[in-house]
Amino acid sequence: MAKVFGAVTIDSQRCKGCDLCVVACPTDVLLLEPRDVNDRGYHYAFTAHPEACIGCAACATVCPDACIEVYRVVKRDE
Amino acid sequence: MTKEEIIRPENKVYSRPELLTDNYTHYCPGCSHGVVHKIIAELIAEMGLTDITIGIAPVGCAVFAYNYIDVDWIEAPHGRAPALATAASRLNPDRMVFTYQGDGDLAAIGTAETIHAANRGENITIVFINNAIYGMTGGQMAPTTLLGMKTATTPYGRRADLNGYPLPISNILATLDGTCYVTRQAVHTAAAVRKAKSAIKKAFENTLAKRGTSVVEIVSTCNSGWKMTPAQSNEWMVEHMFEKYPLGDLKTQKDPSL
Amino acid sequence: MEEVRLMKGNEAIAHAAIRYGCDGYFGYPITPQSEVLETLAELKPWETTGMVVLQAESELAAINMVLGGAATGKAVMTSSSSPGVSLKQEGISYLAASELPALIVNVMRGGPGLGTIQPSQGDYFQATKGGGHGDYHLIVLSPATVQEMTDFVGLGFDLAFKYRTPAMILADGVVGQMMEKVVLPEQRPRRTDEEVRRQCPWAACGRGGRDHRNVVTSLELDSAKMEVNNHRFQETYRRIEENEVRYQEYFTDDAEYLIVAFGSVARICLKAIEDARAAGIKIGLLRPITLWPFPSRRIAELAPRMRGILTVELNAGQMVEDVRLAAPGVDVFHFGRMGGMVPNPVEVLDALKQHFTELQ
Repeated sequence: MAKVFGAVTIDSQRCKGCDLCVVACPTDVLLLEPRDVNDRGYHYAFTAHPEACIGCAACATVCPDACIEVYRVVKRDE
Repeated sequence: MTKEEIIRPENKVYSRPELLTDNYTHYCPGCSHGVVHKIIAELIAEMGLTDITIGIAPVGCAVFAYNYIDVDWIEAPHGRAPALATAASRLNPDRMVFTYQGDGDLAAIGTAETIHAANRGENITIVFINNAIYGMTGGQMAPTTLLGMKTATTPYGRRADLNGYPLPISNILATLDGTCYVTRQAVHTAAAVRKAKSAIKKAFENTLAKRGTSVVEIVSTCNSGWKMTPAQSNEWMVEHMFEKYPLGDLKTQKDPSL
Repeated sequence: MEEVRLMKGNEAIAHAAIRYGCDGYFGYPITPQSEVLETLAELKPWETTGMVVLQAESELAAINMVLGGAATGKAVMTSSSSPGVSLKQEGISYLAASELPALIVNVMRGGPGLGTIQPSQGDYFQATKGGGHGDYHLIVLSPATVQEMTDFVGLGFDLAFKYRTPAMILADGVVGQMMEKVVLPEQRPRRTDEEVRRQCPWAACGRGGRDHRNVVTSLELDSAKMEVNNHRFQETYRRIEENEVRYQEYFTDDAEYLIVAFGSVARICLKAIEDARAAGIKIGLLRPITLWPFPSRRIAELAPRMRGILTVELNAGQMVEDVRLAAPGVDVFHFGRMGGMVPNPVEVLDALKQHFTELQ
């Protein structure tokens, strides 16, 4: 069995808090910051459950502002 | 694995396209334009077209497309992008010329320019954003507005007897001998975005190969104009827009007998 | 090499465009200038110089093709007649605001509205005062001969590229339709892509290795920046006014009266002046060649020596306003025919005598 580890970085200043990445994520990694806002007043997205990320890039693919970068590591059992 | 172990350059599988400028877009949160800009920027770089691409920007929300994708751009008067593209392409036949137009620009004020450029089979790609509303001017009726749909100029819903019917312009364009590829896509899910990207890639390839006019309609959302959240807009689009504007290829090659 | 031919003014425009090395012509048929597109189609320059010739779906599309071509640094042109030029005003304003060189030919017919297909000079205001929306000017050249129809194609393009602003040949239907002997210039090669990039570093023709993108736009939502843009346009117009005024004078040395007329009307007036001089009346003629920039300074110099000035135009009195502005304190009258009617020399003299009773 191979195990997939993923991680995303979010440019929180570029994020407009549209929520589309949150909806697109199949493993519920992302949420919008409930209180904090960025310099332009948006409740930006953040990784609320980073350990669940599988690096599928669905969030980044649907992000209209191209503010998500995705990393993925596939570890095969030895 | 720790986050630090995963977030390393060699593990990167998705990054911001280099051909997007650093400018923040002026689009509303969740606007489909940003996604389409992104896949166009990806494709131009991936296909090695940065030095030969000329984009024609419309009037409408995408008027500032030239601020975001780092290739040469010409800003057209409202609806005239296909006329500008015609000349840019004919006078520079080794360039890849594409227009980027909204529904008002392409299917209302620019209907004549669109149909005639496509009918001449100009070697251009037309990327058509159909969100059934005029976003830039504040949410008025578009030619593609659905019957019953409320806009600033159809506050009680579009009525056929008052406002006519939604215009399936891509279906019309598919009937013209000059078009080689007409397809309707969307960008509401990751899978849809990938399909839309493949479609635009095919269109760009047609343009490079001088096969005629390619039209990629992107059925899109305008959450500000529709007065919904971006996620609700996607759901509403799937439920209502896809009925009138079903996704899929309308035409995949020129009539071989021509 | 140069070549002497007999042809119509409209045909001369087509020949001159090819020989100048024009990259593209985009037009839509309208009387009385359809021979421009017809002649180009007949000559097939796409097989020789590589010039693109395209019949557009409308005047609106044609001028926007010119806009698209000009934005890539190409030497492009269109031609039309009055109602068609009205349609082109959108694109002309965008060309001016985008600081693009282009050549527009207007072979005027009588208006307003659909009017008539006969000659007119009713578009003087439209051509010289802007025509479309916003503060801009065109360089407006007024040919009186088929030779000038030929020569002004090259001059118009040269000025348009020199100042990065559209130029217009404002001809009347007489000059477009009449046949005269014409010396066609030598064939010049079209510029190569490298030459275009060197001459037009601003052109949006694909980055081609450039380290930055070029954007051709007329849009600037920041008011302060848009005002700066407008000041830059106006600065260009002042330079054009300073350097590019062109006119021709006849018998002004000893003239007591001055006629100001342009285009074919100037030739009619010259005949009237010769007749008058035979009868002892000393009249001179000033023929503006550039209607914008207007030869106001020269008229101001001549005016104090004159007992009066008459403008003769194929309109209800348009250029006369510019002459009056240039000649304060001098009686300036207008004589015009409209609707496609063209005056004869006798009518011109009668008009002069009617306004200046001492001549009767």
